[in-house]
Amino acid sequence: MNEPMACRAFVDLVTEYLDDVMPQAERARFEQHLQECPHCRRYLAQIRMTISLSGRLHPGVLQSGTREELLACFREWHTAGTA
Amino acid sequence: MPNITPPDLAGREPHDREERALVQALQHGDESAFATVVERYHASMLRLATARVGDPQLAEEIVQDAWLALVRGIGQFEERASLKTWLFRVVMYRARARSDRERRSVPFSRFEDEPDDGARFLPEDHPRWPGHWAEAVPEVETAPEAMLLRQETMDWLKHLIEMLPPRYRMVLILRDVEGLCAADVCDILSLTDGVERVLLHRARAKIRQGMVDYLQEGDVGHR
Repeated sequence: MNEPMACRAFVDLVTEYLDDVMPQAERARFEQHLQECPHCRRYLAQIRMTISLSGRLHPGVLQSGTREELLACFREWHTAGTA
Repeated sequence: MPNITPPDLAGREPHDREERALVQALQHGDESAFATVVERYHASMLRLATARVGDPQLAEEIVQDAWLALVRGIGQFEERASLKTWLFRVVMYRARARSDRERRSVPFSRFEDEPDDGARFLPEDHPRWPGHWAEAVPEVETAPEAMLLRQETMDWLKHLIEMLPPRYRMVLILRDVEGLCAADVCDILSLTDGVERVLLHRARAKIRQGMVDYLQEGDVGHR
């Protein structure tokens, strides 16, 4: 019989769980705890939410001046490189 | 030039045909291909460089250096890493070189104090609930769709990420914002698997706490 997992250990292991790098036995204890503990279920859902929202942050719009400047550099670099 | 040979990524998904065509066009000096990659990656590169050096002006210069490195090095580019990973690696290399020289950046080697993520537990010798949450984990809306509708929520998330210590911020940006895998992030930031995971873990925990606090305040406001 596996030793039950405490919430503190569960929280410490969340990232390993999400990266799927946990040994099988530990994963089983983790998932057992997940079923039994509403607090840790909420915690995991909140971590997943932050990951999901972070993935939808736009890096910002490229200024057209920057774009033109880089393209001008490209022409110059390229000519210098092939000359 | 730095040693930026991509690692052996055998066994991974081959990079899509579109990127291969893009790389070939770049190798032939195609300006529109360059415009495409600039549109696609410049802002992300700038975000990473800014996270690394702090100074936006220096970050701009570093990203420009990275583009020059691409133009010069594209002939030798081997498609074992994605273009994005390759560009990020060059940004980090250039940032390290520049900040070592100019000493204008946040010290990178220092291991920042563990950020407080708000998680509190009962002691391990607690008679009934050892290691259990000391306070209930609050219930908040976690469906991303509900939050995406509110620009304010996304602005708050951005602010929380900006407030992270630099190493935590860079790992979180590369993993969760850019969506790179752990191996690529270790490679770009020269971290071991274990350190990368600890940094990511603490960064996510800190962001979770900030988001939960914010969403709870929001709930109060709606009542």
